[in-house]
Amino acid sequence: MKFSFSSEQEEFRSNLRRFLADRAPVKESRRLMETDAGWEREGWKALNAELGLTAVRIPEEYGGHGFGFGEHCIVLEEMGRALVCAPYFSTTVLAAGAILHAGTAEQKAALLPGIASGETVATLASAEDDGRWDAEATTLTASSDGRLNGHKSFVIDGHTADLIVVLARDAAGLSFYTVAGDAPGLSRRLLKTMDPTRKLARLSFADVQGTLLGSAGDAGPAYERVMIEAAICLTNEMVGGAERLREDALAYSMMRMQFGKAIASFQSMKHKAADMLLDVELAKSAAYYAAAALDDGDEDIAATASLAKACASDAYSQTATHAIQIHGGIGFTWDNDTHLWYKRAKSSDVLFGDAFTHREQMMKYWAA
Amino acid sequence: MTELTEESVRAECRAWLEANWDPNLGLVEWRHKLAESGWGNPHWPSRWYGRDLPVGLVPIVEEEFSRIGAIGVAKAGIRVLAAATILAHGTDMHKEKFLMRILTGEDTWCQLFSEPGSGSDVAGAVTRAEMRGNQWIVNGQKVWTTSAHKAHWGLLLARTDWDARKHAGLSYFIIDMKQPGVTVHPLRQMNGHASFNQVFLTDAAVQPEFLVAGVGDGWAVTTTTLMHERRGADALRTWGNGSDRPERAYAEERAEIATTMEPYKWYPQRAGRVDLILPRARETGRIADPVVRQEIARLLIMSKAAEWTARRARTAQEQGRPQGPEGSLGKLVSSNIARACARLHTQMSGADALLTGDDSPMGGVIAEILVSVPATSIAGGTDEIQRNIISERVLKMPRERTGDTEKPFKDVPRNLVA
Repeated sequence: MKFSFSSEQEEFRSNLRRFLADRAPVKESRRLMETDAGWEREGWKALNAELGLTAVRIPEEYGGHGFGFGEHCIVLEEMGRALVCAPYFSTTVLAAGAILHAGTAEQKAALLPGIASGETVATLASAEDDGRWDAEATTLTASSDGRLNGHKSFVIDGHTADLIVVLARDAAGLSFYTVAGDAPGLSRRLLKTMDPTRKLARLSFADVQGTLLGSAGDAGPAYERVMIEAAICLTNEMVGGAERLREDALAYSMMRMQFGKAIASFQSMKHKAADMLLDVELAKSAAYYAAAALDDGDEDIAATASLAKACASDAYSQTATHAIQIHGGIGFTWDNDTHLWYKRAKSSDVLFGDAFTHREQMMKYWAA
Repeated sequence: MTELTEESVRAECRAWLEANWDPNLGLVEWRHKLAESGWGNPHWPSRWYGRDLPVGLVPIVEEEFSRIGAIGVAKAGIRVLAAATILAHGTDMHKEKFLMRILTGEDTWCQLFSEPGSGSDVAGAVTRAEMRGNQWIVNGQKVWTTSAHKAHWGLLLARTDWDARKHAGLSYFIIDMKQPGVTVHPLRQMNGHASFNQVFLTDAAVQPEFLVAGVGDGWAVTTTTLMHERRGADALRTWGNGSDRPERAYAEERAEIATTMEPYKWYPQRAGRVDLILPRARETGRIADPVVRQEIARLLIMSKAAEWTARRARTAQEQGRPQGPEGSLGKLVSSNIARACARLHTQMSGADALLTGDDSPMGGVIAEILVSVPATSIAGGTDEIQRNIISERVLKMPRERTGDTEKPFKDVPRNLVA
């Protein structure tokens, strides 16, 4: 399904779009982004109780719906479009991904049903103060009895998660450990973020008791896999936001009157709008292809993920820049919504490696 | 009448080919037979060399042709547009006189639409046709005419009424190219090739029965031709190399392809040759340069995403779903890709980019890319026209008022004719 969606998927998308437009309007995102938590458990529970969104890609044996990345990425695209403030990405893509790839059957059975039901909010803590997303940069240590020391940074929803999967260095190499959000010795600080709709935290570990996830020394390949999935999932979230910006800017240009006519009738606007459509549609093609390639088990998935992420990064940022320009002075005000997606475009570019990094990673495969 | 199914069509076509295909026939003789049978263009009306076959079943017939190695009717060049236009708007006399010789490949056609003063604005044509005595007399100049020097017939757009509004004053003719009033000069392009011609019409004559549709209907007929041109733009230039088998029909087809291909031999370079980017990066060693690697990645990302976007559009079409906006973007993105290719190819070539022809990389291919890609964003609708089409038809943005369509054409400001 690299080039089309099934009618069931299309129906799922349109239901979800209606639901989010109703329950998660921008007004709600604006309210939540001003809170420290950045989300509320009540709204989060409603999201999952009514549509089962956290369960989408969790296997049925662990209480989920057992769908693939095709469906999961539809959810992410629609959330990116609506700019939903919820710990969805951190819980279902990062934490669930690490548990699925690294955990033992018992651990999956213990941890995943809580995620599927929406009870457990979880995240993955991998990057540290130097902001590197590769596993080799890990300096946080785990002792032989599972005591964690060090720090993690840029942890999405790290200050509110109930469960944190931590990438650590131990005697066997790189290993994942799980830690409760309220574990003794763990201090969590909310970072001041450029993008207020995506909260990040710095976590300090002082002899925090962790539980080994899977086998010691095996986290490297699993983490690499989770980062590929994260890049592709984020790409789909990004194209949702980019399309929303494009449509809103177009609608504004149709109603904004200057010199006695809609500014959309000026050729400079029309040509910009055509270029924006091109950028967004190309990025959507890359995002959809990459999501399907994950489900298809393509061998060159790492290169595809980098291609898609770099493509969407540039398209989203370019679209956001144009969208503000089309709005003119009003686009520079806080009251206008465009800047919310503009900031989201930048934070999405930086997370898990920016466009420059992914272009280079792609070339490592293509130029080999 | 038996019901048409894939199986019945396949069986019937196969039986006919097995009974009739003979590579030792002359090409024209074979195609004549093929056209009469209706299998050459099976989706055409059965009265005119077709079988009324639904378009969806045509691939079955094509499979049978390639299975047995049979040559099809002539399908290359402007003659295809002529056939489609004549089928849609021509009289029975036109169909009888022209269609068979189009299908056999005996007649070559050209399209006389663009003028020095009207490129994107084809309806602004000022070539004049007026009735003198019992025939139309044509005066004016046409340009960008492929194969005009070889063509037997031309599809001509000319102005017959200067008091009418712009689009209403045009008429569409079939003009005999082999007459004294028609002079053809090759037009040399910035890449040194001369794939197109300028055509000077000086008191050229057109018999009244070679008017297509009515006087003043020229724009509607032109729209039909242009629609088929856009739809078949790729197919017009991709008909393969023919078979290298020795029999007479194959040999004659090879000669035909070589002649028809001649004007298009630089076309691969026009698109930028994205396929050569990685090989050239390795060959020049620039693959190790991190700046060049970024540029290559940007280009390959655009190229891949464009390919996948085209696949999305095609899949929607195949599934019978309405095509989304992705279907209108191909031409615009191909311009962006071509430009990026030209920049990168020459950048990677270093000082060798100063050279051309045999002295330069790949025997001149790289140099030819640089001087050929500007055609991509101009030919077949400029990027600017593409953006207008996308913004107005896909995004539904308001049309700009142009002020040239409401008044008599004689009062519309236009370019001075040199």
